Amino acid sequence: MAVGKILSGLALLGLIGVGAGATWAAPAPAAQLDRLAMRLTDPIQQRAAIQELGQLDDAAVEPLLRALKDGALYRAQGQLVLLGEDGSVQNIRGRPAVDAQGAPLTIESGQEPVALDESLFGMVQSILQRLEIFSTKAATRKSAALKLGNSRDPTAIPVLSRALGREGQPDIRAVLDEGLAKLRLGAAEPAARIAAVQFLARSRSEAALAQLRSLTADDPDPGVRAAAREAQRSLESYVGIRGLVGYLFNGVSLGAVLLLMSLGLAVTFGLMGIINMAHGEMLMIGSYTAYVVQEIFALRWPAHQDTYFFVALPLSFVVAGLVGFALEGTVIRFLYGRPLETLIVTWGIGLILQQAARLWFGDQTSVNSPTWLRGGPEVMPGLVFPWSRLFIVGLAVAALAALWLLLQRTYSGLKVRAVMQNRAMASSLGVSTRRIDAVTFALGTALAGVAGCALSLIGTVDPEVGKTYIVDSFMVVVLGGVGQLMGTVVAAFGLGLVNKLLEPAIGGTAAAVYAKVAVLLIVIWFLQWRPTGLFPQRGRAATEAPSGA
Amino acid sequence: MTTISSAERGPSLASLWLFGVTFIAVLPLLNAFGVVSDYYLNLFGKYLALAILALGLDLLWGYAGVLSLGQAIFFGVGAYSIGMSMLLTSAGKGVYGEAIPDFMVWNQVTHLPLFWKPYRSVLFAVASAILLPALLAALIGLVTFRRQLRGTYFAILSQAIAFAVWLMLNRNEMRLGGTNGLTDFKSILGFSLADPGTHRVLYVVTAIALLLALLAGRWLVRSKMGLVLEAIRDNERRLEFLGYDPARFKILAFAISATLAGVAGLLYAPQVGIITPSQVGVLPSLEVVIWVAFGGRGSLWGAVIGAVSINWLRSVLTASYPTLWPIILGALFVTVVMLFPQGLMGLVRRLASVRGRRRLPTGEPMAAPGIREPTS
Repeated sequence: MAVGKILSGLALLGLIGVGAGATWAAPAPAAQLDRLAMRLTDPIQQRAAIQELGQLDDAAVEPLLRALKDGALYRAQGQLVLLGEDGSVQNIRGRPAVDAQGAPLTIESGQEPVALDESLFGMVQSILQRLEIFSTKAATRKSAALKLGNSRDPTAIPVLSRALGREGQPDIRAVLDEGLAKLRLGAAEPAARIAAVQFLARSRSEAALAQLRSLTADDPDPGVRAAAREAQRSLESYVGIRGLVGYLFNGVSLGAVLLLMSLGLAVTFGLMGIINMAHGEMLMIGSYTAYVVQEIFALRWPAHQDTYFFVALPLSFVVAGLVGFALEGTVIRFLYGRPLETLIVTWGIGLILQQAARLWFGDQTSVNSPTWLRGGPEVMPGLVFPWSRLFIVGLAVAALAALWLLLQRTYSGLKVRAVMQNRAMASSLGVSTRRIDAVTFALGTALAGVAGCALSLIGTVDPEVGKTYIVDSFMVVVLGGVGQLMGTVVAAFGLGLVNKLLEPAIGGTAAAVYAKVAVLLIVIWFLQWRPTGLFPQRGRAATEAPSGA
Repeated sequence: MTTISSAERGPSLASLWLFGVTFIAVLPLLNAFGVVSDYYLNLFGKYLALAILALGLDLLWGYAGVLSLGQAIFFGVGAYSIGMSMLLTSAGKGVYGEAIPDFMVWNQVTHLPLFWKPYRSVLFAVASAILLPALLAALIGLVTFRRQLRGTYFAILSQAIAFAVWLMLNRNEMRLGGTNGLTDFKSILGFSLADPGTHRVLYVVTAIALLLALLAGRWLVRSKMGLVLEAIRDNERRLEFLGYDPARFKILAFAISATLAGVAGLLYAPQVGIITPSQVGVLPSLEVVIWVAFGGRGSLWGAVIGAVSINWLRSVLTASYPTLWPIILGALFVTVVMLFPQGLMGLVRRLASVRGRRRLPTGEPMAAPGIREPTS
């Protein structure tokens, strides 16, 4: 009867193990565990016992050593028992401890636990760490596997192989494989070393690069050296390619950010010729709209926290658009045809908005990305594209497409283009130029609002957010050439790529700053031979371009 | 195109005399007799230095119609030049007693960087404060004006350059003190800066420099070149058809305004005792614009009055309402440009013209050249 219970208990344990992803092999002969455990109590044999326990393949080793370390291992009626945190008393197999009559064992107060020699404390600690590789928690197993794989300690090889035999999760299996290969680089036989080298090269293990380099230089066996050199070369070229892909993605991502920021400016500055220095603050308004919506959701509908962004995005479009509409109606309309004065006035408005935001919201707040935008796909081993960045690229493309369709394929867009190309003629044909001006300007600021909302995902929300983007946005539009969406697109992605490819080329802690300065110099240099930008307007409109050129 | 008859042919000699007597003779005398405190004299010295900066921009913007949003760069060159020199002449007297300035000790720099070395000579520092801005401006002018980058394009580019310079100055790698800038000056030309007498002399030197700048400006705007500059502002294209090369004049005007900005920085740094990147960036450049706009563009006195009054206002207001100052400044930007496009001097002129002669035309003095031809 009792045996049946034990068996079913074991089966259950096994099932749990499978479920958690780590299956235990059949326990080692119980006698061995018991014998070693008893030797723990003998101060003279303690060291050897701990060492042997560390090599033992038994799930009971871990709680036993932990109890020894924590001073929770006791002797009671000839048995070794573990005192749980809840006061329960268990034998070393993890079952309730009973005496010969079957009555539960207790530990008398005042009884001393089995002492662990102080000099052995570190050893127990490291064995326990090593045993984390059999933990039921996947994350713990993974980090333990990584640590052991990098330990360069050949005694870890059997532990890793054992863990590999039980591991069900493919990503942890990969870590274990890599770790084993790295440990086998130190194997005695050259053939084993070569196999490990080749395995590491195949699995694109970047972390092994340093070890491979030292093998290339120092290994006594020429065959190993050659294999290591080969592996090192292929790995290095892989890392180089992956770095390039990473920089390209960063460049495209920055380009999308620039495009998103500049689309609104391409409308207000490019189409209308209005220098709106408060453009950055329209962006800021979008960011703060996202922040406020997030706070409201956190307060009212904490369960739907993740959906706040779907509300914030259109709302920031509307809010920034309304602010732009008000701005046009009260200030900008009186300044048409006086670009430098528009510049000064809008800068002043930007200053007011900035300080108002600082007084209202404080210096720095941030927006939490919705959980569905966290993380990202791993496109190559060791290279992750964050979802938030991908989202911004998608949003930039969508906003561009929407703007293009609006301007080129709708009747309202036709009217906008007509007014911007020939105001007098459009007006005499019955187009309300006042209304078109107001709506077009509002459209530009609304786009800035959307950009601000999206950018809150990847940066902080602070009153100075506009200041950091305004110069870049103007550079994009100036470089692209006014009045041309295509120019803005090419300029945004061009500047983004150049900036991000320059950063690694410059290197150092200040690379970002120098890259920015270099980009500015490139823009100025570029304007030397194409003063009207990449895609200059031709024909009548060109002579009325705001540059006066 | 409306011509701007409102631009002055320079200040009258009588007003310059009055200024000279008041600020160079009377004020220091009052200070000597204790009527005006050292503190206020020093404050005025600061304002007058900034007035030189405003004067430079007024010559460029008010007369030639070129709006530079990067004047603070040149101011910074002047201030950093003399700052470096002052730090080096007091070498060894810092907290660490090293031969290099204290901030370099913090940044683990052991040797004086090469570009610092010539600044051991005060003469070199003064030359660099005056000539380097002119050279820089000429260089920027060459790559912009020569390539038809004008009006708003030039304004935006100059702002971008100011932004870039500010970014760089904030880095410790530039060896110019990073965000903390240069400070803890001990002496200038061997005179201790702790001594109020030194500050008195600095004040008088600043006042004389402003007077000289006003005289030079007066000569410039009354000269043929002044006329050409105004013609550039009013109709650059027509001037081109008449056979002039506007770019050359614009470069020259830009270089002159940059020189004045450098002189302003040169006089400002010793009086205030600190120069940081925050005085060299985008916002300080724009503040100069608002001083000039407030006082009255196209009037040399306007620039001086604008610089002094707004800076005085700032001293008063930042003491009592520090958080409101940016909002007040922004509101000034808006109201001055929208309601008083000719600034204080324009108001004065309009009042004067009400009595007696015909009213001055109030056109659209700012319209960038070539955008809209006159409808008539």
